[in-house]
Amino acid sequence: MRLNQYWGDRGCLILQPHDEQVGAGTLHPATVLRALGPKPWNAAYVQPSRRPGDGRYGENPNRLQHYYQYQVILKPNPADMQDLYLGSLQAIGLDLKLHDIRFVEDDWENPTVGAWGLGWEVWCDGMEVSQYTYFQQVGGLDVFPVAGELTYGLERLAMYVFGVDNVYDLPYNDPDSPLGALSYGDVFLDNERQHSEANFHGYDVAVLKGQFEDMERQVPLMLERSYDGDHLVLPAYDMVLKASHLFNLMNARGAIAVAERASYIGRIRDLCKLCAQAWVDQQGRNAA
Amino acid sequence: MPQLLLELFSEEIPARMQAQAARDLERMARDGLGKAGLISEGLKAFAGPRRLTLVVEGLPVAQPDVHEELKGPKANAPEQALEGFLRKTGLTREQLVEKDGVLFAHVHKAGRPTSEIIAELVEQIVRGFPWPKSMTWGHGKLRWVRPLKRILCVFNREVVPLTIDGIVAGDLSEGHRFMAETRVFRARDFDEYHEALAGHFVVLDVEERKQRILEGARTLCFARGLELVEDEGLLDEVAGLAEWPTPILGDMDPAFLDLPPEVIRTSMRTHQKYFAVRKPGEAGLAPHFLVVANNVAPDGGLEIARGNAKVLSSRLSDARFFWAEDVKDVKDGFEPWLKKLEGVTFHAKLGTMAERVERIVALAREIAPLVGAEPDRAAEAARLAKADLASQMVGEFPELQGIMGGYYARNLIASFDTPTSSAAQDDVGGEAQKSSHPEQARSAVSKDAVTLDAEIADAIRDHYRPQGPGDAVPTAPLSVAVALADKLDMFAGFWGINEKPTGSKDPFALRRAALGFIRLVLENDVRLRLRAFGNQVIDLRRKLGDGFGDPMFVRQFAAENVESFLDFLADRLKVLLRDQGKRGDLVDAVFALGDDDLVRIVARVEALTTFLATEDGTNLLQGYKRAANILKAEEKKGPLPTGEPSRVAEPAEEGALFDALAALGPKLDAALAVEDFTGAMTALAALRAPVDAFFDKVLVNSDVPAERDNRLRLLQQVQSAMGRVADFSLVTG
Repeated sequence: MRLNQYWGDRGCLILQPHDEQVGAGTLHPATVLRALGPKPWNAAYVQPSRRPGDGRYGENPNRLQHYYQYQVILKPNPADMQDLYLGSLQAIGLDLKLHDIRFVEDDWENPTVGAWGLGWEVWCDGMEVSQYTYFQQVGGLDVFPVAGELTYGLERLAMYVFGVDNVYDLPYNDPDSPLGALSYGDVFLDNERQHSEANFHGYDVAVLKGQFEDMERQVPLMLERSYDGDHLVLPAYDMVLKASHLFNLMNARGAIAVAERASYIGRIRDLCKLCAQAWVDQQGRNAA
Repeated sequence: MPQLLLELFSEEIPARMQAQAARDLERMARDGLGKAGLISEGLKAFAGPRRLTLVVEGLPVAQPDVHEELKGPKANAPEQALEGFLRKTGLTREQLVEKDGVLFAHVHKAGRPTSEIIAELVEQIVRGFPWPKSMTWGHGKLRWVRPLKRILCVFNREVVPLTIDGIVAGDLSEGHRFMAETRVFRARDFDEYHEALAGHFVVLDVEERKQRILEGARTLCFARGLELVEDEGLLDEVAGLAEWPTPILGDMDPAFLDLPPEVIRTSMRTHQKYFAVRKPGEAGLAPHFLVVANNVAPDGGLEIARGNAKVLSSRLSDARFFWAEDVKDVKDGFEPWLKKLEGVTFHAKLGTMAERVERIVALAREIAPLVGAEPDRAAEAARLAKADLASQMVGEFPELQGIMGGYYARNLIASFDTPTSSAAQDDVGGEAQKSSHPEQARSAVSKDAVTLDAEIADAIRDHYRPQGPGDAVPTAPLSVAVALADKLDMFAGFWGINEKPTGSKDPFALRRAALGFIRLVLENDVRLRLRAFGNQVIDLRRKLGDGFGDPMFVRQFAAENVESFLDFLADRLKVLLRDQGKRGDLVDAVFALGDDDLVRIVARVEALTTFLATEDGTNLLQGYKRAANILKAEEKKGPLPTGEPSRVAEPAEEGALFDALAALGPKLDAALAVEDFTGAMTALAALRAPVDAFFDKVLVNSDVPAERDNRLRLLQQVQSAMGRVADFSLVTG
């Protein structure tokens, strides 16, 4: 993929997706954890992202409950990061003179991982194609030096590049392939339809709740364990991700009252803070 | 005279912060220069998507020199005192001047060069700028709204040497990100700067950007036989999002016009920042939209229009998805949403939204007879009024609350009229049978055999109104009842937990609600005794058990809070009447009577305003003041005489005043009984001549105690008779 080529040429490690169900590429440990601590870090990767509440049974031309994000993290953020970003749009074939690119205020915040930053949604002809953020805090801890994060909605960008109006019409493979020409819809429509129904009506709320509470108990226990002097931050963080996804499922099922919402988010944030603190302590120790 | 030009060039500044930033920059520069004794001929700041600019005209090249005379010790003071003074002033004994035995130092401070002061001031401004939100970037410590990239700072065509956190000031800036042919340009004064910006596709002044947008948009619309739906707030926002604003008209799939126009407009505005357009003279929208781009594309904006149209389609498909899901949710009535409100907190101390609904229902029932509505129907409208808060559409667009409820209610009514509606088809078993009889289904939806009908739908839609000074007040009795009940519950609740608005803090927008409440009452002529009703509200809350617990507390709270609420309402009424050109002191004079019926209060204020504009009125007011002054002075000497005055033949003026007062009493009684305040004023006018004559000819402070007492009694009667109409002591002038 051209984005890999572009960012790889600019000194980023090219990573693979994290294998937990996450709501956004940001939650990959390569971003949440690596953004913390004093060490420089440049990485880029694709991350499948699940947003149970965004399920539309495959009926909306660009809203999906499972889609792909391309994520770039640059720590510290280079001074010419905006130019680098615009260069990446050109690299994937967008003519900046022909379109209307805008940086529209959008202060990113993810309360479930105690993270926030200032930045923009980047619009191309009114369509949000990326999220651009200067991280200020993660896991309740200050990010210094500041990390810059870019998130691209891959389906949306592909729709631009291919001039397609409906995500399900995107060509997925080489039309001359022995399988025949397959579209995004051929590959993912069933997934969207079935998961939409499961997200809104299928999952058993009591089971989700039980699993959430299991994760909540496990995180501190995992953090107490250590191997070769290091606490088990990475496995503990995976459990935080699981809890977060379970919360999203309960939310989509309409099982969380408004009053409870804040308390659930607070519980996940507390778990995440434990991991972030342990990570920073460890980074500091290893650096010393 | 030399000019200062400063530009702080950064990555994109949020549109909503730009106007305030320009004001802050102007203020900080003016204060800073003023403090340094630098007076300019003019100063102006500009804000745009990527820059804050300040131009100061006519500054001196240096501060004025300052001469100061400092008083020192006496000439014969001890050595130490002298030494201390010399150290402080940096002078020698010979340089001091002696005057009347005291030593003085003449200190001459040369003014510093202006550019030095500017360098310090700019650093102060940049480091102390009051952005509502700011950030750090890279390894830096400096905070700005987004990374600060360049500082252009020239004074008198020379670069002012200064460096802030590694950013070296110069005479360079940048133009439009995509349209400019060269990225960087040089400017040494404002004219060069302004010209270079225009040449690099940047409109500096926000007013000019707005003008460009409006003119361009209107021209585009006109050419297609359309009309722009103007929107001041949106215009401000888009003018902060483009350096070279370029309106483009795009097409929307007409199939979406089956969505309520409010939904389309709100979706366009909040998500996409598009203006809606309509056919002149038509109520609905036209299937187009107007987007303000920041780019003049070589294809004339075709690609941009096409791209935006796609996004709008997707947004509107989403809105349609919400609509469809919502309609499905409530195909048999609003019950599922009412149930959901049990899980929605209104305020931590005021319970859930469902509890609030229960209170509004009870209140609407009480208010209904006062506004000519049927209590059961008002209660039913109130019960359904908040249901749409649980809908997906209102979740997405909170500003559509009420409006959506109205639409869903009408949709429900329509579905009853069509027996083969989806509601009937989707039902199972006995339910389906019921739905096939529209009349039965209709009343099954509502309690108390009240039928959901268009009037109830309107009440649901309109009960938040009026939302602002420009918004119309509902007049349908049902709507008025629910609107008043809604607001009264807010007042009772927030007063109860002591969350009244104070100073600039009014987080629950109670002032706006109060203004809406007053307008509802006045424009619909609602006769409501607020004091009594306030207590009733409290009793009602106690019965419903709103979590206050201790009934004693509630009672005490009731008495105190009703008064405090009435004061608050009086203030709001004063604001409203003042906006209509009435005098605040007259409102006070009427409120002081303790009346709590807003309609009557305003009628009194109006009659009083007219009366005081007449000659009789002004003169009588003077007579009143004179009487009041005399009484006040006499009261200091000892208690005033009590009891009724008696009629005396001599002096004739005293007898005449007695007669006038005696005749006035019944006339006032009659006029006030029918709330004829103009009549009451006319009756008062008859007092003017006797009062004037009395003061002319009669000496109140007679040496004969009986005479004095009788005259004081007469004056007290004048005061109390006039006091039945207004408290004239509060009238100024």
